[in-house]
Amino acid sequence: MTGNDENLVEVRNLTFRFGARIIFDDVDVDIRRGKITTIMGPSGTGKTTLLRMIGGQLKPFAGEVRVDGRDVPKLSSVQLYHLRMRMGMMFQSGALFTGFSVYDNVAFPLREHTRLSETMIRDLVLMKLQAVGLRGARDLMPAELSGGMARRVALARAIALDPMMIMYDEPFTGQDPITVGVIMKLIRMINDTLGLTSIVVSHDVQEISSISDYIYMLSNGKVVGQGTPEQMWQSDSPWVTQFMKAQPDGPVPFHYPAIDLAEDLFA
Amino acid sequence: MLDWLQMLGRGGLDFFERLGRGHVFVLRVLASVPVVFLQPRLIVTQIYSVGVLSLVIIVVSGLNVGMVLGLQMYNTLVDFGAETSLGPVVALSLVRELGPVVAGLLFAGRAGSALTAEIGLMKATEQLSGMEMMAVDPVKRIVAPRFVAGLISMPLLAAMFSAVGILGGYFVGVGLLGIDDGAFWSQMQSKVDLYEDVMNGVIKSIVFGVVITWIAVFEGYDAVPTTEGVSRATTNTVVYASLAVLGLDFVLTALMFGS
Repeated sequence: MTGNDENLVEVRNLTFRFGARIIFDDVDVDIRRGKITTIMGPSGTGKTTLLRMIGGQLKPFAGEVRVDGRDVPKLSSVQLYHLRMRMGMMFQSGALFTGFSVYDNVAFPLREHTRLSETMIRDLVLMKLQAVGLRGARDLMPAELSGGMARRVALARAIALDPMMIMYDEPFTGQDPITVGVIMKLIRMINDTLGLTSIVVSHDVQEISSISDYIYMLSNGKVVGQGTPEQMWQSDSPWVTQFMKAQPDGPVPFHYPAIDLAEDLFA
Repeated sequence: MLDWLQMLGRGGLDFFERLGRGHVFVLRVLASVPVVFLQPRLIVTQIYSVGVLSLVIIVVSGLNVGMVLGLQMYNTLVDFGAETSLGPVVALSLVRELGPVVAGLLFAGRAGSALTAEIGLMKATEQLSGMEMMAVDPVKRIVAPRFVAGLISMPLLAAMFSAVGILGGYFVGVGLLGIDDGAFWSQMQSKVDLYEDVMNGVIKSIVFGVVITWIAVFEGYDAVPTTEGVSRATTNTVVYASLAVLGLDFVLTALMFGS
């Protein structure tokens, strides 16, 4: 086994393409155990793709993705499913099962993977829902939930099996400030009280730098910056500065690549 | 010219690639069918939504087809004084052809499209991905029970279509046009063979059930996960399944009744 035990996830020399587009070009990322690590970067840089590779839903073209010492792309499907039982993921949309109530959604992984009695499952579900503050909403259907509530239910479902790590895909996007505050508090609280490891994909700079322990910034298929939030704010890399300070132009250009304007107009 | 050739080649490759994916997919589904029977509750729920909810349209159409058959056939048969043959004529056309085929077309439109839309939307809203990340295989949990339910429902619906159709023919022939009650049934009994006619009809409906359900679940699972993608997949299901039913019907009829 390579690497050290401090890292739960180790990504080495990762390369991935969608058709001709290069998503990752020789990327290294370490996720430390027990910490909240954030993957940041402009839209379309493959942040979600990285989560899918850690979860084994996509295979890289080259490189290693090690989770708890196992090389995910090389696992058999049975081994992969065993590993996934120890991972939680909160999708951007929540991905709740629309045909099930809130209660049944949270109970789903327990019913599928354990032989617990219904009374035991009930206790567990209510405890998970209590943790996200939605014990009273257990009988609602997903269509009756606000976006923020749906994400909290998804979070309760993701921690139902007490995973070793949890991945958040854009947890704040499109939420009102109160909900953002609630989700921030939940990510920190769940990380610390359950002693698990969190990976957050986000581009909400302010919010995420207040709860992250470590940040990676991806752009154009490369890691363009990494460090603690303080180091990121003080970074002199133009990529990092442009992103953290929300500047419209910089290494990420304002204009989509095109021929010269004058040439285009008189063509 | 070269462009045209290139397009043809690309189209051909895409077609065969998709055909291959469809076959690999159905093998995966078949492999998980035994597991599904360990959770009969899943199948029962799906039989309700695939089969029971299709009953209304099947029964209404069956009744109508039977009544129209009775009316039209009577007009021809009465010229030859053979109106008591109405019983076997109605029964044979329903049991051999119209039952499986029309029930198949209706099943593709009612249940097949619903299956595709449901699975496609689950994919578009990341529910299938979410399930994979919870270490539950969506092919086992979502697709296989629906596939089994389709296989069980379709022959039953086709049988019901034929039975109700025969009743429709009876109402028109005996009730409305005054054919002799006993002649209607006894002629039917002597002319319709259990193996030659009824079983062959059942075999047809089983084959159609497999093909329609297969197309429906594959189109849903393979749909492009966007609004347009799901809508296209739903249309594809109805078109491909209907064409498959009609095409296979000819082949099966030629094999069964050809010589």
